[in-house]
Amino acid sequence: MADQEWKPKILGIICNWCSYAGADLAGSARTQYPPDIRIIRVMCTGRIDPLFILKAFVDGADGVLVSGCHFGDCHYLEGNYKAAKRMFILKSLLRNIGLEDKRLRMTFVSASEGAKWAVVVKDVVDTVTSLGPSPLKEIGR
Amino acid sequence: MAEKKTRKEPAAKKDTKKPVSKATPAPAATSPDKELGKGARIGVYICHCGTNIAGSVDILAVQEYAKTLPNVAHVDNYQYMCSTPGQKKIEEGIKEHKLTGIVVAACSPRLHEPTFRTATKTGGLNPFRFEMANIREQGSWVHMHDREGATAKAKDAIRIAVAKAALLQDLVPKSVPVTKAALVVGAGVAGMQAALDLANAGIKTYLVEKSPTIGGRMSQLDKTFPTLDCSQCILTPKMVDVGRNPNIELMTYSEIEEVEGYIGNFDVTIRKKARGVLTPAEAEARGIVGGGCNGCGDCDTVCPVIKPNPFEMGMKPRKAIYIYHPQVVPLIYTVDFDSCVKCGLCVEACGEKKAIDLEMKDEFVKVKVGTAILALGYDIFPIEKKDEWGYQKFENVVTSLEFERLICASGPTGGHLVRPSDGKTPKKVAFLLCAGSRDNTGVGKPYCSRFCCMYSLKHAHQIIEKIPGCQPYIFYMDIRSFGKMYEEFYYRIQDEGAKFIRGRVSNILEDPETKNLYVMADDTLLDRPMKLEVDMVVLAAAVQPSADTDRTRKLFGVSCSLDGWLLEAHPKLNPCGTTTAGVFLAGVCQGPKDIPDTVASAEGAASAASIPIHMGEVELEPYFAQCIEEKCAGCGMCVNLCPYQALSLVEKEGRKVMQVTEAKCKGCGTCGGFCPGGAIWMQHFATPQIVAQIDAFLLGGEQ
Ligand SMILES: Cc1cc2nc3c(=O)[nH]c(=O)nc-3n(C[C@H](O)[C@H](O)[C@H](O)COP(=O)(O)OP(=O)(O)OC[C@H]3O[C@@H](n4cnc5c(N)ncnc54)[C@H](O)[C@@H]3O)c2cc1C
Ligand code: SF4
Ligand code: SF4
Ligand code: FES
Repeated sequence: MADQEWKPKILGIICNWCSYAGADLAGSARTQYPPDIRIIRVMCTGRIDPLFILKAFVDGADGVLVSGCHFGDCHYLEGNYKAAKRMFILKSLLRNIGLEDKRLRMTFVSASEGAKWAVVVKDVVDTVTSLGPSPLKEIGR
Repeated sequence: MAEKKTRKEPAAKKDTKKPVSKATPAPAATSPDKELGKGARIGVYICHCGTNIAGSVDILAVQEYAKTLPNVAHVDNYQYMCSTPGQKKIEEGIKEHKLTGIVVAACSPRLHEPTFRTATKTGGLNPFRFEMANIREQGSWVHMHDREGATAKAKDAIRIAVAKAALLQDLVPKSVPVTKAALVVGAGVAGMQAALDLANAGIKTYLVEKSPTIGGRMSQLDKTFPTLDCSQCILTPKMVDVGRNPNIELMTYSEIEEVEGYIGNFDVTIRKKARGVLTPAEAEARGIVGGGCNGCGDCDTVCPVIKPNPFEMGMKPRKAIYIYHPQVVPLIYTVDFDSCVKCGLCVEACGEKKAIDLEMKDEFVKVKVGTAILALGYDIFPIEKKDEWGYQKFENVVTSLEFERLICASGPTGGHLVRPSDGKTPKKVAFLLCAGSRDNTGVGKPYCSRFCCMYSLKHAHQIIEKIPGCQPYIFYMDIRSFGKMYEEFYYRIQDEGAKFIRGRVSNILEDPETKNLYVMADDTLLDRPMKLEVDMVVLAAAVQPSADTDRTRKLFGVSCSLDGWLLEAHPKLNPCGTTTAGVFLAGVCQGPKDIPDTVASAEGAASAASIPIHMGEVELEPYFAQCIEEKCAGCGMCVNLCPYQALSLVEKEGRKVMQVTEAKCKGCGTCGGFCPGGAIWMQHFATPQIVAQIDAFLLGGEQ
């Protein structure tokens, strides 16, 4: 297990219309959650090339969160279905290279789910913290 | 790879032999612009937002840190970056420090990106050379008591933003012409008002209503609070106006089938449900001169099928060929094909007018509009789910909407309030407020339905006025009489003798003999339980989004709140807008509203929807896909991925390459996230830009 000092590096790639708006809503409502995540905004989760996520892991990310609109609610109709499919494949790839697939998480947080966003981040931080630093960091150097 | 200080941890498994780090699988899309990022000089501006940010983030530490970042040429901070002096700093900074890109670390780009883009442009740069670091909504506000954590996060957010800013390109928004026509869906008072405003502003307006007549819920009401005007009397002139206005094309008994396109150019397919009856115009089109439905009702007289009339909440019969009520607009009969037995008696009775066609099929009509307004209204929550109040179990428990029909002179009882069980006039009537509203049990709705307090006061007044000696009892949690002259109305009803009991009703029992009801409640002001025998109970049932709302909103790409009401673009500053450009909301579908608020929101939506049409042109954000032809293998995989059919394969120099139709591309990036060859360049969200952000976060930090 990781010691007290260690803080995970978690990348969040989230869509503009739902999850980013939901994260903003958590902010306006001052819902507190752990700070161990950094966000990159894309217009839709459909934009997320699986290679972005692999790149993040190679760069030493301990976890990656992909978050978009609920199914049926994607601003571009079906980007999130396509993203979900890719994440599914990517997860099995991660398992194959010996990386816990729990380090990659896809969630659906709508623009009105500020409270859920806080819960999701806390959960991802907890999960990744308990997994400890990514083993890829070792090999990476 | 950059130097990293990670704790030694045994690698989880030993089967990762491949030198992963060497084969960095960075997607390889390169810019069409080979010079991208060369000589970037980024200006970083950090906002205090008063103490909103500065209260939890060490601004000076962040500023000192930002100065150390690659490509950063200038760093400054200010109390309020969005203020005029704040924006001036950006404008002057661009000139003084020869900046090529701007980063503002402040609130959310969803709030102030347009402001700072304008400042960037005023300073002489392309407005898309701007990137925002969100250190408030996703920083100081969510880590209020963790200054260290919030400061570290702010530093990283700026580093990530600078990395992207260094690679930003000049982009030009695409101007598209706006079709000079609008669509309004739902013709309750909201949709009617919006359509009238648009039409009177000279805009051709299609008004689509799913039921056979316009009017919505308001036409079911008897009187309206607090002035007590007769609802139909104030509504019918508007209905007639809508029917007559030459700029309004009314399509009743119709639904939205499909929506394509974007602001300025929506292609909408409307399903005109088979009505079985021709309007005079439709008859003429079929060569029946002087024919078509004139509303005489001869058909209705002969039709043998009897069904409950939903307009009267099922308390009055109608035939299989019917109108809801005498004032319908348009005055055209409708055949209910679910119950029609096709006996043909009506066709005979209609005679020479030849208005009835029992073989009619649904038709599809396509219209092109520039903007659209959703005014889908509400339904009554199925209050029988609150088992304890006995709705549908006990005959003398009714909903408020049923009460409206029972007290209305044109209703099933001619305006004589009677008990459904025996037709007797009630002497004691209990009104249950917040029935299913403000209910956190999981059965009802957590929100306040907003108009039930007021209409229940109105109902109490009506029975006092109409039935001498009849006593209304109002069971309430709080009385919410917030509008103009509402509180005064409340006092008036108190003075008239209505009895108010503060307490939620726990359950209702029925005397099987008399069909009287026992209302059990806790009188919280006197702090004692009570049991009251009454003749009748009226449930002020909660309201919920109307049945087809979810399907319809998805066609327009509009989101909803947790409770299902349609989501506005901003709850305070843009209550009529949605996140889909060109689509607006009016009336209760956005959240419960009484008639004055509904009409106000409809006028707001109409005004907002008319702006792009009057401008004649709108700018689309230039986040289009582009094909990098030398990388495109012509596999065509992306073509099927695009939800908008924006991509196609074309022959170029003897080989197939993908081509983007910019007008169709909405910039989702689904194609760009897929292309195995990295041949798709997503403007403003290009692969090198995103990879630079990832690298900046993970490799570029204070290690
Ligand atoms: C019992 C009761 C009493 C009330 N009394 C008062 C009062 O005294 N004073 C007051 O100010 N307010 C009162 N109200 C509130 C009032 O009814 C509303 O404010 C008003 O009706 C809202 O109008 P609307 O147009 O938003 O919605 P609606 O009246 O519900 O109209 C929506 C219309 O859209 C149509 N529609 C829905 N979905 C679709 C679709 N997918 N496609 C096409 N068409 C669709 C519906 O058929 C309907 O015609 C009362 C409400 C109730 C329940
Ligand atoms: S308007 Fe009054 S009765 Fe209706 S939910 Fe709100 S508080 Fe309850
Ligand atoms: S980004 Fe690609 S998938 Fe999305 S709309 Fe444009 S062309 Fe279609
Ligand atoms: S826009 Fe949110 S997932 Fe597509």
